[in-house]
Amino acid sequence: MSWPRIRALVLRYTFLYTRSIPRVTELFFWPIMDLLVWGYVTLYLQRLYAAQDTPPAGMGVITFLLGAMIFWDILYRAQQGTTLAFLEDIWARNLLNIFVAPIRVSEFIVATYLVSLLRIMVTVIVLIALAWFLYAFNLFALGFSLLPLFINLLFMGWALGMITTGLIMRWGQAAEALAWGVPFLIQPLAAVFYPVNVLPVWVQPVALAIPATHVFEGMRAVLRGEGLPGQYLFWAFALNFVYVVAAAGFFRFMYESARRRGLLAKLVTQ
Amino acid sequence: MSDAIVQVEHLRKEFNGTVAVADVSFTVRRGEIVGLLGANGAGKTTTIQVLLGLTTLTSGAVRVFGQDLERHRVEILQRCNFSSAYTALPSNLRVRENLRVFAALYQVRDYRPKMDALLQLFEIAHLKDKITGHLSSGESTRVNLCKALLSDPELLLLDEPTASLDPDIADKVRKILRRIQRERGITMIYTSHNMRDVEEVCDRVLFLHKGKVIAAGAPQEVIARFNQRSLEEVFIRVARSGDLVEAQ
Repeated sequence: MSWPRIRALVLRYTFLYTRSIPRVTELFFWPIMDLLVWGYVTLYLQRLYAAQDTPPAGMGVITFLLGAMIFWDILYRAQQGTTLAFLEDIWARNLLNIFVAPIRVSEFIVATYLVSLLRIMVTVIVLIALAWFLYAFNLFALGFSLLPLFINLLFMGWALGMITTGLIMRWGQAAEALAWGVPFLIQPLAAVFYPVNVLPVWVQPVALAIPATHVFEGMRAVLRGEGLPGQYLFWAFALNFVYVVAAAGFFRFMYESARRRGLLAKLVTQ
Repeated sequence: MSDAIVQVEHLRKEFNGTVAVADVSFTVRRGEIVGLLGANGAGKTTTIQVLLGLTTLTSGAVRVFGQDLERHRVEILQRCNFSSAYTALPSNLRVRENLRVFAALYQVRDYRPKMDALLQLFEIAHLKDKITGHLSSGESTRVNLCKALLSDPELLLLDEPTASLDPDIADKVRKILRRIQRERGITMIYTSHNMRDVEEVCDRVLFLHKGKVIAAGAPQEVIARFNQRSLEEVFIRVARSGDLVEAQ
């Protein structure tokens, strides 16, 4: 793997953001809108409970919504950043120039990972600052648990990103909507805003097979002050390992299939 | 053959049972400019795509710089470059930013003097700081050619490089390509529907029809063999009665 080539690709994708106000706006607009909506819903629910004579135990649990929202955005941005880098080259009719350059598939993938990581860092820093400013919600209260949870969401987002990009490579721009839709396919099952035990019993094994489920369960445990149970981390890392390896295999398979069918050139001229 | 840069042997490519290239064999020697000609659907685009590693072959063998293309794709592409009228560089980057990215992708050291010299050569030095999307199609084509030459390729694949140029600029570009080929000894594979382009630029042409090479040689030889007055007339004859030509 050549780092200078990866750096060149990262440069290509980051140049975009220095020149395009809509792209920079897109980094912040939806996350901030989500934060405002979820934040004020949270405040409203807190006031409702506070007005009751006997507030339910664990009332602070409502702040889970804000943490979950920020964590969900990490996963979503990781997936989307990976896929959008590929789509940018289709839209620019530049994909052939990239794929006839001496680039290995692995270098292309790593470059899209790094671009998505940069996007996430920018978005999350703004969200954390706003959540603290508007709602006095401190994500850093998660302490050192924050890092492994963040890494696991990143891995899962990257795995989904590779799968999405593979599908677009195979089915072309007709599959473009997947770039925005794929994470929402797993959202109801990944126990993002509610614990797994809320789900029907027969759905729970499916939910537990998703790495993000263990991240969100872990996050809630930490916010409840229980620390981060090792089992959540173990399962998140183990499942992510399987997901990333499977997604890389899937991407490779789709890439070779696209080459066999002559689809890479068609992506540019569709 | 030690000076063979490209060796294609019995290349066959099918897409879901449809034959795009039936049986194509040819060799391109160092420093040659070879034109791939043929009507739409003749198989020249697929052949170019195979040579660029964008498409796998169904059967046959392709060796570039003496190496198997499928096994040494990245090493081979490091020594090649490509320009097409049908691709573009990212429109929201400045010309110099685009060239910087591709210089880095091809690991070109000290790219700035090379970039400046190429922009000067193609008479677009004044566009260096312009947004690529704001250029005319002729200017974009010339920036694409700068990108293709920036890495000092040994093999250059050009797909309709003068398609969007006015006659004056097209003439200049043809002369520049010829000059670069003479000075640097670059091998070029050239596709164009402009037969005047091909006659002026190419040392040798390969006429493809229904995925097979049905005529090959220097442009004047091919014109004489078909008893026509120009390559354009040969093209029309092959396009309209290629099956008969193939049978002869």
